[in-house]
Amino acid sequence: MQLNVDGTTHEVDVEDDMPLLWVLRDEIGVKGVKYGCGIAQCGACTVHLDGVAVRSCQTWAVDAVGAEVTTINGLGTPNAMHAVQEAWAEHQVAQCGYCQSGQIMQAASMLAAIPEPADEDIDAEMSGNLCRCGTYPQIRAAIVTAAAKLREG
Amino acid sequence: MGRIKTIARRTFLIGSAAVLGGVAFGAYLYKKPVANPLVDDLADGDAALTEYVRITADGVTLITPRADKGQGVYHVQAALIAEELDIDLDQVTVDPGPPSPAYYNTALSEEAPGFMPTDDRFAANATRTVMDAAMKIMGVQITGGSTTVADSWDKLRVAGAVARETLKAAAAQETGVAVANMQTERGAVILPDGRQLAYTDLAATAAGLDPVDNVTLKDPSKWRYIGKDMQRIDIVPKSTGTQTYGIDMELDGMVHATVITNPRKGGAMLSANTADAEGMRGVLKVVEVPNGMGVIADNTWRAFQAAQAITFEWGPAEYPAEQDDHWAVLAESFKKDHQDSQYRDDGDADSALSKGDVVTAEYRAPYLAHAPLEPLNATVLITDNRADVWTGTQVPRFAQDAVADITGLDKDDVHIHVLMMGGSFGHRLEIDVITQAAHLGLAMKNTPVKLTYSREEDMAHDYTRQIAMARMQGTVKDGQVEALDLGIAMPSVISSQMGRLGLSVPGPDAMITAGAWDQPFGIPNYRVTGYRSADLAPISSWRSVGASTNGFFHDSALDELIHAAGADPMDERIRLAWDDNSRAVLDEVAQLSGWDGPSIGANRGRGVAFCMSFGVPCAEVVEVTNTDRGIQIDKVFAVANVGRVVDPQNLSRLMSGGIIWALGHAISGEITHSDGMTDQLNYDGFEAMRLYQAPEITVKGLELGDHVRGIGEPPVPPAAPALANAIFAATGQRIREMPFNKHIDFV
Repeated sequence: MQLNVDGTTHEVDVEDDMPLLWVLRDEIGVKGVKYGCGIAQCGACTVHLDGVAVRSCQTWAVDAVGAEVTTINGLGTPNAMHAVQEAWAEHQVAQCGYCQSGQIMQAASMLAAIPEPADEDIDAEMSGNLCRCGTYPQIRAAIVTAAAKLREG
Repeated sequence: MGRIKTIARRTFLIGSAAVLGGVAFGAYLYKKPVANPLVDDLADGDAALTEYVRITADGVTLITPRADKGQGVYHVQAALIAEELDIDLDQVTVDPGPPSPAYYNTALSEEAPGFMPTDDRFAANATRTVMDAAMKIMGVQITGGSTTVADSWDKLRVAGAVARETLKAAAAQETGVAVANMQTERGAVILPDGRQLAYTDLAATAAGLDPVDNVTLKDPSKWRYIGKDMQRIDIVPKSTGTQTYGIDMELDGMVHATVITNPRKGGAMLSANTADAEGMRGVLKVVEVPNGMGVIADNTWRAFQAAQAITFEWGPAEYPAEQDDHWAVLAESFKKDHQDSQYRDDGDADSALSKGDVVTAEYRAPYLAHAPLEPLNATVLITDNRADVWTGTQVPRFAQDAVADITGLDKDDVHIHVLMMGGSFGHRLEIDVITQAAHLGLAMKNTPVKLTYSREEDMAHDYTRQIAMARMQGTVKDGQVEALDLGIAMPSVISSQMGRLGLSVPGPDAMITAGAWDQPFGIPNYRVTGYRSADLAPISSWRSVGASTNGFFHDSALDELIHAAGADPMDERIRLAWDDNSRAVLDEVAQLSGWDGPSIGANRGRGVAFCMSFGVPCAEVVEVTNTDRGIQIDKVFAVANVGRVVDPQNLSRLMSGGIIWALGHAISGEITHSDGMTDQLNYDGFEAMRLYQAPEITVKGLELGDHVRGIGEPPVPPAAPALANAIFAATGQRIREMPFNKHIDFV
């Protein structure tokens, strides 16, 4: 099947029901997408399917055919960071950093839909993403900064 | 400066050595040097020092031997060297270095049994010295015990300074300019006429000089990094998905593997039917590993699927099959024949408890998983004459020994490459995943094999935090705490953990009462007794180790007595604290939180708790509201004294994270056993705190005294008791068992 990932088309030979997570990591080599739980409890594997955040561990490969898959590695790069990534760096959010790909993808998706999120919006949208290091206060602050950056363009 | 130099002279000497194309600077540990870890790369094999700085024409490398699990220590170690070397962090490469006895950790021994971290008496120092020597012999290159900053503070700055002065001497030899007229900045020696000589160009000359070891460390007013907020060197990679962790390892021709071993931890595999698994798509090989099977495939998911298709027959575990029986073992352990230590016995507890009303209480703390978000993994490549292992580990030397045993290779032919870790909290002190990977690698010689645990395998085999129970009796008199007698029962975490590494540790286990016996309170009749229970499920160090349970027991007990005395929780702790720095920490948290008593309005309350652990006094105030949906944690204030704050921002992050870690587990964290197996196998059963529950947190680090300490663990122990004390203030309900949600609802 053909998958469009971060703007590039990849031909992969996988089972229909292989989770997109493992197609991305082991078949295409996109390592920014992380495996944490495999059952949609941690959000480390979050990617965008046509701009909307999904858990790639629960998305079958076949269901991503025809969609634009965006990963943390396609959202921005170290030399050209997305506004959310810039805010994450400015607030020094990451400790171990393992969950942050998913946190950033979830936040970017939320901000696209809700440009000025209230605290309750952030609670509702971000509480599915687990951070074992406890960076939640910095995540909240970075989202506020990122929202302002995005509004200013 | 005098103190620094004395320390430097006593415990290490700074030397230099020629390396291919340049020079290396580092510490000769003790007076007799140990072998150089980078001998492979040395042009001149007789040099024997621990490298911390390597300069060649190609660039400057700073070696940071303590592993980074997320706490930012690669950054901190690099900053300490760079501060004195006069180089900027954007000009260097940071390398964790290979396993080597030369990188042994001297700070771990500060937690020697029976002596408080504040205790500088001769006996205490003598014990530390003995422990130090033992660690040198064992070559304990361990990251843990919040020791990285303490261990690195002098060593790395002196190494940077010696390198800087030797490079200046090299510049003097090349130019004839007097050293006194030179400056250093951004990796270059600056001459009076403004000419700049890059360190990389001076390296070859410096290699031929005796190192200048009579150095003066910079005055703190001249520091560019220390004491300032720094952007961590890993922050952009970790914000862009470009940081690679162990699990991201990729090698040409690499295959993917997983294992399933007996979920009754340590039990044998009686049989396995692998027929279905072997026929599944992508499966290359099914291999036996100790107590289980491994599947090697062309994709991790296919390996997971095939492993699930194996049917097993498992033998029993050595510990009780059902959780209730674990508790029963602890309850039966408060007896003389189980007594392990009684490091605190002030006044006459028996006599005090024979008079008047005695307050009694029993406390419990469950097993807890470490469950870092990156599941355990290891990548191996084994050939006939060499093994390479890429993994995130806190104990590279033990991993090297184990792989040498399994492969039959010489230890020198086993190369451990330590990679960035997606969290640990103590999880990566264990090496099972590495030994299993070695077995798989032997079955696939010359092919790189990456072993990844499923989340379920990771949690089924987590060597958890100890289970523990405590019993308190106490009395009050004239509005003050008069007697506190605390008994704590748990299995020995040190014995369980070191036993798996093949080491036995004689004598009492200091962790059984750590965070309780060593508290700086002048209670007139004050006794803390540790009871070592029979071994139960295998256990390991969990962020703050003994103090994670004992800080809860001790401060909860103290709070109950203060309440019985009718005293203010803050005032009475301050009155009882005899250690100046501990009192300062309590004073500061009172001020920061605006403390004026436990009551802060209708349905609201606040609690204070204190624990000294790893030599760091830490006090926390928690504010809660009892809402119609349950307890909501509103705010937390925390103050700790670390002697010197190397990076205020990183300290603040680690304190805040440690508090959330502790509160989350106190609310809902629990690992239990049924039929000998762990009941909670994923984050649906063990999730700890989520974003919507996270309180507003205000923290402060104090810089009192001479000792520099780490902050990774000390914020953890006071958080649970501060929360329990706040819930009592808001509701009148005492919570004496973790997780608290067994007894009260949370928002």
